[in-house]
Amino acid sequence: MVESTGQAGSTVEPILEVTGLVKHYPLTQGILFKKQVGAVKAVDGVDFTLGRGETLGIVGESGCGKSTVAKMLVNLERPTEGSIKFKGEDISKMSGRALKAARRNIQMVFQDPYTSLNPRMTVGDIIGEPYEIHPEVAPKGDRRKRVQDLLDVVGLNPEYINRYPHQFSGGQRQRIGIARGLALRPEVIVADEPVSALDVSVQAQVINLLDRLQDEFDLSYVFIAHDLSIVRHISDRVGVMYLGRIVEIGKDEEIYDHPTHPYTQALLSAVPVPDPDAREHRERIILSGDVPSPTNIPSGCRFRTRCWKAQERCSLEVPLLAVPAEFRLASGPAAHDSACHFAEEKTVVPPEATPGDLGNGAE
Amino acid sequence: MLLEVRDLQVEFRTRDGVAKAVNGVNYSVDEGETLAVLGESGSGKSVTAQAVMGILDVPPGKITGGEILFRGKDLLKFKEEERRKVRGAEMAMIFQDALSSLNPVLSVGDQLGEMFVVHKGMSRKDARAKAVELMERVRIPAAKERVRDYPHQFSGGMRQRIMIAMALALEPALIIADEPTTALDVTVQAQVMDLLAELQRELNMGLILITHDLGVVADVADKIAVMYAGRIVESAPVHDIYKAPAHPYTRGLLDSIPRLDQKGQELYAIKGLPPNLMHIPPGCAFNPRCPMAQDVCRTDEPELYEVDQHRGSACHFWRECLNG
Repeated sequence: MVESTGQAGSTVEPILEVTGLVKHYPLTQGILFKKQVGAVKAVDGVDFTLGRGETLGIVGESGCGKSTVAKMLVNLERPTEGSIKFKGEDISKMSGRALKAARRNIQMVFQDPYTSLNPRMTVGDIIGEPYEIHPEVAPKGDRRKRVQDLLDVVGLNPEYINRYPHQFSGGQRQRIGIARGLALRPEVIVADEPVSALDVSVQAQVINLLDRLQDEFDLSYVFIAHDLSIVRHISDRVGVMYLGRIVEIGKDEEIYDHPTHPYTQALLSAVPVPDPDAREHRERIILSGDVPSPTNIPSGCRFRTRCWKAQERCSLEVPLLAVPAEFRLASGPAAHDSACHFAEEKTVVPPEATPGDLGNGAE
Repeated sequence: MLLEVRDLQVEFRTRDGVAKAVNGVNYSVDEGETLAVLGESGSGKSVTAQAVMGILDVPPGKITGGEILFRGKDLLKFKEEERRKVRGAEMAMIFQDALSSLNPVLSVGDQLGEMFVVHKGMSRKDARAKAVELMERVRIPAAKERVRDYPHQFSGGMRQRIMIAMALALEPALIIADEPTTALDVTVQAQVMDLLAELQRELNMGLILITHDLGVVADVADKIAVMYAGRIVESAPVHDIYKAPAHPYTRGLLDSIPRLDQKGQELYAIKGLPPNLMHIPPGCAFNPRCPMAQDVCRTDEPELYEVDQHRGSACHFWRECLNG
């Protein structure tokens, strides 16, 4: 079913292949005899590939399922259906020793640096804990040295090894979280909103660190965030999620400059642009209403209840994530996967509205 | 002038020492005007707002100096009873987190109506009708049916609308919105900001918008005050500041926004961390992080120099900064 044009060309060798990923949380009723009355369809059919050394950004609003995808990638949640192949092997079906070995290679960096670090453990213990579980990576006598090296790598003073998390600022804590993620020398890092809890001036520091580490350790990233400008900066390809599915995926300029799905267009147009001159000549698409509940997903296209283009066909037919027919023959940037029956190109972020020459020249 | 804050100073006395949260803040906002107060956590932007509203936690907080002139009268000289009359009726506040700011065990209708019962002495029935009217005004669909619902039954965006409705209830002259859309998703944020801007225009209110988001500021503000370590480091009309910042901190904030032409390159990052408010560095508080710092910055605290008639910058080298 997946055409060769599909999966929006990651040209490099794939390290992670996700197909038909589904996570439904059952809703039950009754105490003695639990019967399933429905399901929260958190993730409802997600496909993507991640190439070696590549960064795939996943954007979407709260409740779209992006964090559930992240959890399944690192095997914190088992998918209801679908497969996650790491170098060709399906890790979602693994168990025991094979699972343990596979997990080593995919690590996670969490959103909240305040709650994801145990306050009663020293930084050394936090970063060194992965070695307890995977002792083959570092022999006991070597661990302290390794932890100090990791601290150095993420830009913290190696002497801080005996300090506790509360002695650090938010940005420094996120560095500790990153060091822990790196401890086992993974090949894939799944970062779930790694900078959204940080102050603006510190965000840039952490983004630069992630960028540097990617080159240094040949990492592949799945970078999940809701801040579209940060995702664009760091990603090679971007997938846009809505209500449990990817609605559009492609290279960053395909998504940002040539979006064809109405949800992507609305999302991009809603981002405030840090340029007061853009106020007047910017077209904003303000969506009405809220995201529907994932227990009760609209028929056909799930975005149709908020879409200004919706027609009867949208309620009957689920649009597939593929290059839309009208762009299939063209080779331009609009020819990328978009799950819309009425996909059309629309530039929502005018090029001159990007804060291109902020601060250059006083006039 | 509707509101004028003059040389405001606020301290927090804690076990570990005195934290100087606000160190001589001046700003003003007029009717129909939007002032954006921009700053990171700990910059004192929210504490200043709390002092203006009169909802500062005292103790540990303490206002140690300055004036808050509302229509020319110093609110700090008011008795608590007089202050109470101003609060809600003349000025109102919208908080960041609507779910924790609303009472979970009262229906939204009761909470909205309470304003009219307490301030206007209305009957419960009339107050309920007023509540429905308010909910319609902030465009909550099916307001009549939903007036009996509890806060948890509303989505994040709808809850924030209820907060706005509550702030608008008595048609105050001044609204202080403290990160009103930070907890919301982008598409909902756009809805809520639009609504707020429209109602402000309609009622000709003064709006103080507290935020850390340079994008939101550019969208709605008339003028900006940038705060750092309890001080205003730059104040200017919105267009000027984005074109050419006159303070290195403002410049750093603007430069750290990812830009298209910088893709694949390192982002500009302001080095270091904001100072501990108990040990604010001598001289200019920003000097340890500043790429332009000279010896004078480590010893002399810069005043808010006049850049032009409408602009001020608390940097000894504002001219150099302005010229890149």
